[in-house]
Amino acid sequence: MKHDDTLLHVRGAARFVRDILLPQGTLFAVPLPSPIAHGKIGRLEAAAAAAEKGVAAVFTAADIPGQNQIGNIIQDEPLLAAGEVDYAGQPVALIVAESLGAALAARRFIELDIEELPPVFDPREAWARGEIIGVPRTFALGDVDREWPCCPVVVGGRADSGGQEHIYLETQSALAVPRDDGGVKVFSATQSPTLVQRVIARVLGLAMHEVEVDVPRLGGAFGGKEDQATAWAALAALAASRLGRPVKLVLGRQEDVRWTGKRHPYSSDYKIGLGEDGRILAYEVTFYQNAGSAADLSPAILERTLFHTTNSYFVPNVRATAASCRTNLPPYTAFRGFGAPQAMFVMEAAIAHAAGEMGVPAAEIQRRNLLRRGDELPYGMRLEADSPVRCWDELDKRHDFASLRARAASFNRDHALTKKGLAVMPVCFGISFTTTFLNQAAGLVHVYTDGSVGVSTAAVEMGQGVNRKIRRVAARTLGVGLDRVRMESTNTARVANTSPTAASTGADLNGHATRLACLQILERLRQAVAAERNCPAEHIHIEGEKVLQSHESTGLTWEALVAWAYARRIPLSAYAHYATPGIHFDKSKEKGRPFAYHAVGTAVVEATVDGLRGVPRVDAVKIVHDVGRSLDPAVDLGQMEGGVVQGVGWMTSEELVYSPEGKILTDSLATYKVPDIGAAPEVTVAFLEDAPPPFGILGSKTVGEPPFMYGIGAYFAILDALRAFRPDLPPVFHAPLTAEKTFRLLRPRGPEGEGSAPRG
Amino acid sequence: MAISFFLNDREPSVSRTPGTVLLDVLREDLGLTGTKDGCREGDCGTCLVLVGVPRPEGIVYRAVNSCLFPMGDAAGRHVVTIEGLNQAELSPVQQALVEEGAIQCGFCTPGLVVALTGFLLSGAPLSEADGVAALGGNICRCTGYAAIRRAVARLVGQFPDLGPIQGFSVPGRIEALVKHRVLPPYFLDVPARLRALPEPSAEIRSKEGDARPPVLVAGGTDLFVTQAEALREAELAFLSRREDLQGIRLENGLCRVGAATPLIEIEESPDIRRILPGLGRHFARIASLPVRNRATVAGNIVNASPAGDLSVIFLALDATVVLARERMQRIVALRDFFRGYKIIDLSPDEVIVEIRFPVPDAATRFDFEKVGRRDRLDIASASSAIRLRVLDGRIVEAHAAAGSVAPVPLYLRETSAFLRGQVVSAATAREAAAVAGREISPISDIRGSAGYKHALLPRLILAHFLTLFPERIREEDLA
Repeated sequence: MKHDDTLLHVRGAARFVRDILLPQGTLFAVPLPSPIAHGKIGRLEAAAAAAEKGVAAVFTAADIPGQNQIGNIIQDEPLLAAGEVDYAGQPVALIVAESLGAALAARRFIELDIEELPPVFDPREAWARGEIIGVPRTFALGDVDREWPCCPVVVGGRADSGGQEHIYLETQSALAVPRDDGGVKVFSATQSPTLVQRVIARVLGLAMHEVEVDVPRLGGAFGGKEDQATAWAALAALAASRLGRPVKLVLGRQEDVRWTGKRHPYSSDYKIGLGEDGRILAYEVTFYQNAGSAADLSPAILERTLFHTTNSYFVPNVRATAASCRTNLPPYTAFRGFGAPQAMFVMEAAIAHAAGEMGVPAAEIQRRNLLRRGDELPYGMRLEADSPVRCWDELDKRHDFASLRARAASFNRDHALTKKGLAVMPVCFGISFTTTFLNQAAGLVHVYTDGSVGVSTAAVEMGQGVNRKIRRVAARTLGVGLDRVRMESTNTARVANTSPTAASTGADLNGHATRLACLQILERLRQAVAAERNCPAEHIHIEGEKVLQSHESTGLTWEALVAWAYARRIPLSAYAHYATPGIHFDKSKEKGRPFAYHAVGTAVVEATVDGLRGVPRVDAVKIVHDVGRSLDPAVDLGQMEGGVVQGVGWMTSEELVYSPEGKILTDSLATYKVPDIGAAPEVTVAFLEDAPPPFGILGSKTVGEPPFMYGIGAYFAILDALRAFRPDLPPVFHAPLTAEKTFRLLRPRGPEGEGSAPRG
Repeated sequence: MAISFFLNDREPSVSRTPGTVLLDVLREDLGLTGTKDGCREGDCGTCLVLVGVPRPEGIVYRAVNSCLFPMGDAAGRHVVTIEGLNQAELSPVQQALVEEGAIQCGFCTPGLVVALTGFLLSGAPLSEADGVAALGGNICRCTGYAAIRRAVARLVGQFPDLGPIQGFSVPGRIEALVKHRVLPPYFLDVPARLRALPEPSAEIRSKEGDARPPVLVAGGTDLFVTQAEALREAELAFLSRREDLQGIRLENGLCRVGAATPLIEIEESPDIRRILPGLGRHFARIASLPVRNRATVAGNIVNASPAGDLSVIFLALDATVVLARERMQRIVALRDFFRGYKIIDLSPDEVIVEIRFPVPDAATRFDFEKVGRRDRLDIASASSAIRLRVLDGRIVEAHAAAGSVAPVPLYLRETSAFLRGQVVSAATAREAAAVAGREISPISDIRGSAGYKHALLPRLILAHFLTLFPERIREEDLA
C-alpha cells in the first residue's frame, strides 16, 4: 500500500495543483470574460484597472509575445480575444494582482465596449448558414439506397442529446513559475502536458525545451482537462513570463462551468430499415454536432461518433454523415465516451422506434443484430471476438431478462400510479486514439542504489488508477514488491512528447512502455548475473525480490543485486517507447483498422416512474463486461460503477439550460444536478470470464470510457416505464429525460400540449 | 482582530475579519490544504470540517461546510480538519474507504472522512442507511457511490458497543471513539483547553463601538453563498451564540422554536419527533446534513425565496413569527409575513426571535412534497405542505402551502378554505388540487416552465392525500 495515492488522499495529504505551497511573491490572476456571445470588440481600456491597488498588470491580446493561438487540431482559437468575441465567457483580458481579491476588485474597472453581432446557438441553424468546422464526413458500408426498397419496415425520426458538464471536483488550475533562463515551469491540472507545453511555447515565442510542464495529479477530469486546461496554464505562463513572478490561476466553480467546454449536444436524423424477422438491413444517420465557437477536439470527437454509429450491432448497409457546427457557445470538448455516447443514443433510439412500430420488445431486435466475430464495421474493421453475444447471454443467464420483465409487469399491474420499466444496453467501444499517431507513450524507469524504483510516464493520474496499474506492471516485470515502486509526477522534462491521457489508453500505452523499460533493466541485470555465475542469462530470474538460477535460490536479494550492479557500472535506468502495432486508418476512404481491440459488454437498466409526481428514478444497472484479465479488479470495478452513474446522470438529471443570449443558467451545483448518493442507482458488475486475451497490457482490457454508455439504457428504461402508463407514447428521443420531460410525456393533455419535445 | 479558537490539537493565531470564511483561513493562512475548495456554496462537501461547540453535557461536534462558516463563529470552539483526524495508523473511517476502493481522484475523500467521523460522533443509529444519509452533502463524481456505500456498510458493523444516542453526542461517545481510534487521543483534552480560551462575546464585531446595526448571521448557509465577498469586511453578529434564540419548547399548546435553532436540533428534538414524526425525513430532502447542522428556520424565512422549503412547511404548520425590536415584540402570522417577491414584514431594526405553531394533536396529519431535477438537495420546481385535522373522516382544520409557484412562499388560502368541512376522499383530493391550481401563478425559470409547475403542484396535493390517508384513498382512485 505504500506510495499509493489513496493513502495520501484519505489523510488529506495529497496536493493538487491548487494545494502546492506557493513560492514567495506569487501573484493571482483572473480573466475578464466576454459578457456577450458574439460581437466586435470596440474599446478595451485597462489603464484604470492596472492602476488599482495591488494590481501588477493587466494583459490583453496585444501583450502576447508569440502567437495568440491555442488551437490544437485546428488553429482557430485565440488565447485572449482579439477583434471579436465568439462566446460569452471568452477571456478578453487577464488581471494579475497581489491577491485574488485585488484582482477581482480591479476587474470591474476594465472598460470594454463590444458591438453585438447576431449569435447562433443551434447546430442545425449553423449548418444551414454553412458555419462548419473542418469538413463533414461520411462513413458508409454496403448501399443503403439500394436497400431501402427491400426493407419491409422503415422508420425515421430525430434524436437529440444534451450537453454535459464534467463537474470534475478540482476546477481548472495552474501555477506558473518563471525560470532563471527566461523559460517557465508550469504546474498544470491537465490531461495533456505536452499540449500545454507546446501551446505555452507558441504563445510566449519560446522553444518547447524552455517550457516545463508538471502534473502532480488531477481531481477528476473525464476529458474536461484534455484540451481545456491549456488556456488557463497559458494565461498563467504569460503573466509569469511577463512579470518575472510566479502566478496562480484557479477557476471558481461557477467560472469553470460558465467558461469551459462540455460534452457536445447533438441533434440527429435517423432512418432505419428492418426485415420482418427484426434483422437490421439499413441505417442512415446525420449527426449535427454543436461544436461551439472553435474546433477544440470537435473533429476528433465527430470521428469517434462515426466510428460508433452502429454501436454493438451488425448492419450491412450504413451511411452516416456528421458535421461539426460552429455556434457562439464555449467550445465543446472531450468527455468520457468522446462522441460515441451521442452516436449510440441515436442507434438505440432508432431500434426503440422500430420496436414500437413492429410491436416487438427492443431487446429482441438488439439481440438478433449483435455483432459476431468477423462482422464488418462501417469503418472496415472486423470484430475479432464473439464478446457482444457472450456478454449479452451471460447477463441474461445471471439476471434472467424474462423474469425481470415479468416482475416489472406484475408490479405494474398492482400499481396504478407507479410503473417499472427496463432496457438492455449493449456497448462495443473501440480502444485506441482514432488519431493513429497519438497511440504512443514512453516510460522512464530509475532503479536507485537502495533498490527503490521511480517510474515516470506520459500518463496522468486523475482517479482512474493508471498509476496503480503501472506500478503493478513495473513491480511484476522487475520481480519486486509493489512498495518498491513509486510513480513520479507527469513531467515533460522527464517524458517528452506525451499523448493526452485519454481515450481509455493510459494504462495500455504507458503500461506497455513501462514494461519495456523495466525489461531493459532486467535484461542487463540478468546478463550481468549470468556472466558472473557462468550460466546462460535465460536461467536467471528475479522473483519476489530474490535472484534465482534455474529456479533455485542464489542467495542474492534484489537490494544486494542492485548495489552490486551499480558497483559494476551497469546502467540502472531505462527509457522505452511504445507504439500500438497494427493500427491504421485511411481518411480518404474512411476505412482501416483504427482500434487495437474493442471493449464490450451489456447492461440491463431498471427504472421506476412515479406517475403521480412525474418523477423518474433509475433503480439498478446490472452489467456483464469483458475486461480481459483485469490488472486491478478493484480499480476496474470502480471505473465501471462510476462510469455508469455519470451516464445515468447525462440521461436524466444533468440538464444544461441557457438564456436566449447564450449564457448558461445552470452554472453551479445548486442548479446543475449531478447524481448524489441518494440518486445513484445500485450497480452490479460481473466481469466476463475466460475472455480472449486482447492487445492490452498483460492481457487486460481498459475500462475508462465504455461503462459510461451503459447509462444510455436509463433513457430507454424510463421510456419503457412510461409506456406502461401510456401504450400510445410517441417515440420521443430528447435526452436528458428530466422530471419535467417525464411529467409532460405522462400527461399529453396537460397545459403544455401533446408530449412534444420540451424546451432546451 | 484575533479570534481565539482551537484547531485540531492547538490554538492557532489567526488575524482575519470575523466574516472571512473558515475555508480560506485553513487553506491560505494555515496551509491546511486537506480541506478542499470545490464549489463555495455548500453543495459538494469537499470542504467539510467538524465544529465542536461546548455544551453543559460536553462538546457537541457536527460536520459543517467551511466555505460557508464565518471565522467569527469559530471563537471559543473546536474546529477539526482532516489533518486533525490523522493518526499514525489509518482510522477505521479511513481504513474502510481505502479497503472498499471508495477513493478515485481523491478530491472528495477528506470530506467523506470528516462526514463519516461526524456521523460516528453524532449518536445516530449505526446503520448503513443512516451512514449514507450523513453523506447527503458529499458529491463524488468518480465512484458512482457504490464503493462509498460499501465503505459505510463495513464501518457501521465495527462498533457493536456504540448504541444510538438520543439527542446530542456525549463525552462517553468521544472516549469510546478515542478507544476505537476513530479520534486521536487529544480530543480528551479539548474540553479543558476550550475552557481556558477567553470567553467570546455574544456579538463579535470587527470594530468595537460601531453604531450601525451588524449583519445578523444565523447559520450563514445562504448568506455566505450569495454575499461572501461583502460579508468579509462587514459587521457581524452571530446568532448561534444567543442562548435566548435557541431551543424548542412546548407551551400552552404551542411549539416555540428559537429563531437561531439549527435544523438538526429541531429534527433531533424528542418533542418534535413526537408531535411531527416525519419532519426529519422531510428535512433530509431539503438540505444536506452539514447544511442542516447550521441552517435555521428563521434564516430560510427571512430569505423569502419563493422556493423556500421551510417557509412552505411552516406556512402549512400555521406558524406565526415573533419579531422583536429592543424590548418590543409583535407577532405576525407567517402567511402575512411575505408581502411580495423578497419583500417581508420586517423592519431593518427588527429580529425574528421565535417561530411558533400550534402543537398538532393526534387527529392532525402533516405532509411535505417536493419535486426537482434531483430528489434530494435541489431547489424545488414545485413543493407543497399540508396540515389537516380530521375527525370522523371529516377535515375540520386545514392549512396548505406551496413553493416555487408564486412570488412568495404561498399559503394556499382558497385550498385551505375549501378543505375545511370536507370528507376525506379521492373526490375531495381532486377538487382541492383543482382549487390549488387556480390560486398559483408560477413563472418559467431554470427549474421548469410555468406550465409544468402549474400542472405539477396540483399533483402534489393529490400526493398528500395518498400519503396521509392510505386507508381511505388508493392509487387507482387518483390514476
